Amino acid sequence: MSRAAEESNRRLLRARDAMDRGYAEPLDIPTLARIACVSEAHFIRTFRATFGETPHRYLQRRRVERSMFLLRESDRSVTDICFDVGFTSLGTFSRTFREIVGQSPRAYRRSSAPAPGAVPTCFTMAWERPSSFGEDSRPSGPVKSPS
Amino acid sequence: MKNFNSITHAHVWVLDHQEALDFYVGKLELEVKADYTRGGFRWLTVGVAGEPLPEIVLDVPGPPVMDEKTAEQVRELVTKGATGVVMVLRTDDCFATYERLRAKGVEFTQEATDHGYGIDCGLRDPFGNQIRILQPRVWQSDQAANR
Repeated sequence: MSRAAEESNRRLLRARDAMDRGYAEPLDIPTLARIACVSEAHFIRTFRATFGETPHRYLQRRRVERSMFLLRESDRSVTDICFDVGFTSLGTFSRTFREIVGQSPRAYRRSSAPAPGAVPTCFTMAWERPSSFGEDSRPSGPVKSPS
Repeated sequence: MKNFNSITHAHVWVLDHQEALDFYVGKLELEVKADYTRGGFRWLTVGVAGEPLPEIVLDVPGPPVMDEKTAEQVRELVTKGATGVVMVLRTDDCFATYERLRAKGVEFTQEATDHGYGIDCGLRDPFGNQIRILQPRVWQSDQAANR
């Protein structure tokens, strides 16, 4: 691996961190590509090659993971949670949630108990994020790979 | 009788010793515990100032420890952020430490946040390794008990 490739990885990771941090903001590809210091087309292509999924799908999973947390741990309405995590349409949120988690937000809330409080949030955030790679076998249902 | 008394050393892959020193010592203000060079081998460890243990070994992947192809794979994992949380540093004022390090240009992935178990935040070293800073609630209780 060349130094240039390592530096490219590091810049892409910086953009991915920005998604983890600012998931509730209206992040778009031009903004993220600027963080990674590359063109938009190059950003999408290299992000997928590096992390195995498109930036759009990564951001969706981050938002869905946060919504799963809020559905489990809070009494906020599904509509409020949809907007809290960065979706701008309840229809898109419900469709994306079902596609990734395998059940509706309301059904997920009914079937899920709050997580034990002793586990650091950085670990629960990483491990409870719904899979995008087709290997998820948790009872919450099958996960579709991005097409 | 216990098998062990303490953890003395832990290990972190870095891509460059000087850059690692600039970050871990120059910015995080850890101190050099050992710095010994012989031939191509460098034993470089850092730790919390005034605390004898543990020491963190800052190690650069490459021959003769591993072949260049394996070293490339290690470098790729580090720069993609796939090494997980390499260390958690404890503080008694997470908000203050977060602000101080942010002013020094440390790249945070998560701002200081109050969770049930304490206050923590996340950052990356220049290579992609993830580090957490934690002010555990138990620690606060211990302090109060010791006053």
